[in-house]
Formats: sequence, structure tokens, C-alpha cells
Amino acid sequence: MAEETAAAATSMATNYEVDLGNLMACDPSHHIAAAQSSREELRNECLQKATELAQAVADALFALPATVGRDGPSVRLPPPVHRLPREKHLPRPKPPTKWEQFAKSKGIVKHKKNKREWDEQTASWKRTYGYDRVNDDRDVPIIEAKMTDEPGVDPFAKRRDEKKQRVEKQEKNRLGNLKNAAKVGALPSHIQLAATAVPITGTKADLPKKAKKEDLENVAGMASSATASGGKFDKKLPGEKAPKKAGKNRKFLPVVEGKGMGNLEKQQNDKILNSLLAKNFEEPLDVSKAITMYKVKKDNKRRKEKQSSSGSNKKLKPQKKLQKKSSKKTAA
Amino acid sequence: MVAIRVPRSMRAKREVLKHAPKLVENGKKMLILHGTKTSAVLNSVLADIFHLKRDHAVKYTKKNDNIRPFESGGETSLEFFSLKSDCSLLVYGSHSKKKPNNLVFGRTYDHHIYDLIEVGVENYKSIESYAYDKKLAPKLGTKPFFAFIGEHFESVEKLKHLKEMLLDHFKGEVVENLNLAGVGRIFVCTAISPTTVCMMHCALRLKRSGTSIPRMELVEVGPSMDLVVKRNQSPAESLRKEAMNTPGHAKKVKNVTKDVLDGKTGRIYIPDQEVAKLALTNDIKGLKRERRDAKKNKEHSKKQKVNPE
Repeated sequence: MAEETAAAATSMATNYEVDLGNLMACDPSHHIAAAQSSREELRNECLQKATELAQAVADALFALPATVGRDGPSVRLPPPVHRLPREKHLPRPKPPTKWEQFAKSKGIVKHKKNKREWDEQTASWKRTYGYDRVNDDRDVPIIEAKMTDEPGVDPFAKRRDEKKQRVEKQEKNRLGNLKNAAKVGALPSHIQLAATAVPITGTKADLPKKAKKEDLENVAGMASSATASGGKFDKKLPGEKAPKKAGKNRKFLPVVEGKGMGNLEKQQNDKILNSLLAKNFEEPLDVSKAITMYKVKKDNKRRKEKQSSSGSNKKLKPQKKLQKKSSKKTAA
Repeated sequence: MVAIRVPRSMRAKREVLKHAPKLVENGKKMLILHGTKTSAVLNSVLADIFHLKRDHAVKYTKKNDNIRPFESGGETSLEFFSLKSDCSLLVYGSHSKKKPNNLVFGRTYDHHIYDLIEVGVENYKSIESYAYDKKLAPKLGTKPFFAFIGEHFESVEKLKHLKEMLLDHFKGEVVENLNLAGVGRIFVCTAISPTTVCMMHCALRLKRSGTSIPRMELVEVGPSMDLVVKRNQSPAESLRKEAMNTPGHAKKVKNVTKDVLDGKTGRIYIPDQEVAKLALTNDIKGLKRERRDAKKNKEHSKKQKVNPE
């Protein structure tokens, strides 16, 4: 029985083209007899033929060695015979960078470096790169001066500057390499090169903006008012309007004295007066400051007097306290 | 001046890399859209196609008045949509007096039109119009079978093209391993005449046959329609050659090896646990035993006291 079906399958397989990779079967030799007849007949013939074809695919499919997984048996499909086009181009190989080219021409081979090395300065194991690395400039608190040093140059600042320049140079090189890669379409997929700042000559962004009507009106207004009379006696052109922004915006403080805004003018004048006085005298008289100074002086004087009086008879301390209390009471 | 722009977050980077060209590609996505006018039939056709491809399709619902796929300059917005939605299969529907119920199947390569074929839809029957046992309903994302019947698929150039187009549009994801439990549907395409193809979608019923190979039975589940081929546009030979390029081998994944006995094995880095430096808390269960014991003793003594009474 099994042999018979297997034989049938092979005979069918010879008749039909079976592409197992796409789970597809074709019957290129079949002629549809019912094409001209009714829809129902056509449908039946199609289904009958399709059943045969589906059986042909299933025969080939279920004959494959299956592995039983958690979700049921699964088979490994052969690669499709009927090939279909790709969606996107193959990823292109990255061209070598300038350094890689140079290293190749000189025969420089890349060596693997240790991640951590012994740092003599701090006597500890440190990474060979990044923050807190071996031979970190930050670990050197003193740079000894040499005879050749120029006076007035900060060696720390100089070192920082040099580092900055090296980083900038590297960034420039990186950009150059990326541009080269972009030329052959091998830019890494997550990187974009975008034009910034100065627009490319001849492009739309480079063209000057068309002047707006408002701008023109403003300019016309300014020109017409550029006479001694501010354009008051000039003849107006037909359709010309008065300038929209005439003169400056000025704000005057209230003349009458009062609270809030009214007080501002006084303050302003005081300020001016004080600054003038400060130029003439060494220190302008500050009444509140003078009063506090006077008070402090007075307090100090009283304290001194008390100390001198209590220092003469040390044995009478409690009495002193009594005195103090009494004095306070009297004060209150 | 040129600035280097990179995604700011890892998530954004992953998303950008999803759209990047790959050595081994993931399944193609389908973009479904329509022109200024569509008929009720065409609306239903597009909806059904979207339903069949739901997991790998994007459907646009707005009118598009500047898409003319076959005319030069009319494909620009189509290409832009393809780039935007990262779809390389296009289905464009339009309806006019001259070309009623018009459907354009298209493919893109590198987000540029690769090839196009224009068909008219006739004798359409929607999914809803079919009544069948719902147990048989094909599951989403299963890989379909294909059956192409008729001598015209070999002899007529346009039908040959249509065959390839239909296969690419509906074949689903390219897989190496197929779960046999997922076998359940078939597209039947029959060339009735040199210009007409009858397309049907059927569910497969696997019946016992006494052997390991099940007997197939077909149940029509819809949609079904006749496609009348009108115009087509084949790819240029050089473009076809480039698009058919196959990678030599997939890129090797780092630190992952395959073994006959162990299967897939990987090497991962686990930092030192530093058990000696672990902070101890007072909440360790082992230390609570004393208290538990004390409690037990207390109860024990109580019982002893009770017993003599």
C-alpha cells in the first residue's frame, strides 16, 4: 500500500513541477476544458486539479525528515527553485580608512592591547583609555619648568589645548572617511551625513529670500523720513503710506511724587547724586550704617567697663549676677 | 559643512537598523493604497487582501490623486510611500470608466519601482460571502501553498510575470524550518485564457490516509476573483541581475556556536559575584532559628505544665 502511494507520488511529481521552497506546484501541461462552460463547472475543475497539486506538494513535504519540537513536527525546507528578487541591495563592504590604507602600505599590524595596565603615577591598575586611565594628565599635579620654556605660558592650559586640537583633528578625519564611504554607498546604516550651516552654492537654500511687502514698506518709510524735518514737508508719492514705526519708543516717568511709580524718579535722582558724591568723597555718609557703628561702639565700651569692675573682686560672682538682673529689671 | 547624524537613543538606532539593507532579509511588507476613485468591489478587494496579509501589510485610506504607476513622474509618491512605510510590495487600486476595478501589483527594489502589472478584477466574491466550518479558517501568518494550473502560465509572457508577482505578494515570510501543524491554506491560480487568471483562496483539510502523508481536501474560503491582465512593466535586465544577487553566506554571529550534541551554545559574560563583599542583612532566615527554637521550647514547657494538672 505504502509503496503504491509512494510510486504514485513520484509519478505525479514527474508530471508536476514542485517547488518545495515556495510550497508551490505547477501543472503547465493542463488545458482547462471547462473554460467556456459555466462558472460552477470551472470552479469544480479548478478545485479538483488543485487538490491533486496540493497532494503533490504534501507528498514531498511530509516525506522530508521531521524533527519533533514543542509546537509539533517541523521540517527543514530546501532552498526555493523559483527565485525572487531582493527587497534592498546587498550591504556594501566599507572602504578602508586613510589610516588602514597607510598601515597596509607600511605593513603595520594591529596588536591587541591589554585592557588594564599598571600605572606608576598612582601605583594602581587602570584602564588604558578613557577617564581615570594610565598616564592620565589629571594625575600630574606639578609640571616642572624647563630652561626652554617660554615665560607666561600656562603648561596645563597648553596641554589641554593640544588635546583639544588632536580630538578635533580625529573628528575631521572621521568625517572624511565617512564621506568616502558615502560615495560608494557603504555608509553605516545608522549614520546620516547632513548638510549644516553654510548652504551649498546653487541650491535652493542658498538663494536669498524674497523681500516681503512689509519689509519694503518699512524701508520706504525710513527713506522718506530721512530729512531734516523727518519727512514732514516732503511730497508723498501716490500710494505711499506713512511709516509704520515712527521714531523710538520712549517711556517717561511720572513727575508727581507718590507711591510706586511716582517714587521712581526720586530714586533715580538719588542714585545719580550718590554716584556724583562718591566720586568727590571717599565714602558717602550712610546714616543707618553710622548708627549701627555708634551702637556697637557703645556696647563694647559698656562691656569693658563691666569687666574691669568684676575683675577687681572675683569672689563676688553671684552678686554680679544679681546686679545684672537688677540692672535688666531697671532697664525694662 | 557636513555634520554626522546618529540616532540619539539605542531604541531609535534599532529602529533605523530594521530598515537597513541586510544580508539575509526579513519578509517583504505590502503597501495597500488607492487612487482618487474606487468602486465598492475594489474597496472590498483591497480590504480582503489586507486581511490576508494583516501581519505584513500597511493600508492607506486616503485618496491619492498623483499616483500613475505606469507613467514617468507618476511613481514618485509611490516610491516615497514605499520608503516611508518600508514596504516593497505594492497594491494600488483605482476605478475609472475606461478601466473599471483596476488593480496594480508592483514591487520595489531599493525603494524604486522594480516591476508592475495591471489587472482588472472580475467575478469577485468576498471572504464574507463564503460559508464554511469556522474550524477550517486559515490562521494568520501561516505559510500558504500555491497551485498554478494551465499551459498559459508557460507560454504567455504576461501571465508568467503575473505568476511571479502573485507568488511574491502572497508567499509570506521566507522560512528555513516549517512547522507541519501550520499547513492549512492554498492559493489556486488557474489560467482560463491567455489573459485571464482565476484566483481562489482555499483552506486545506488534512485527512487520514493510512500513511504518514495526509490526504488533502480543499474547502473554498474566499476571496476569489478573475484577474484580467492589461499592462505590465518588466524590470530592466541589469536591475533584475542586481536584485537577484544572493549573499555568499550569512554573517557569522559572535560567540555563538552550534554543536551536534549540545545544539546552539553561546558564551556570555557574567561579572564576578564577589561573595566575600556581599552585604549581610539581619533579615537572613538562617539566623532566625534561635528565636523559633525558643518559641518551641516555651510551648513545650507550657504543655508540660498543663499535663500534670
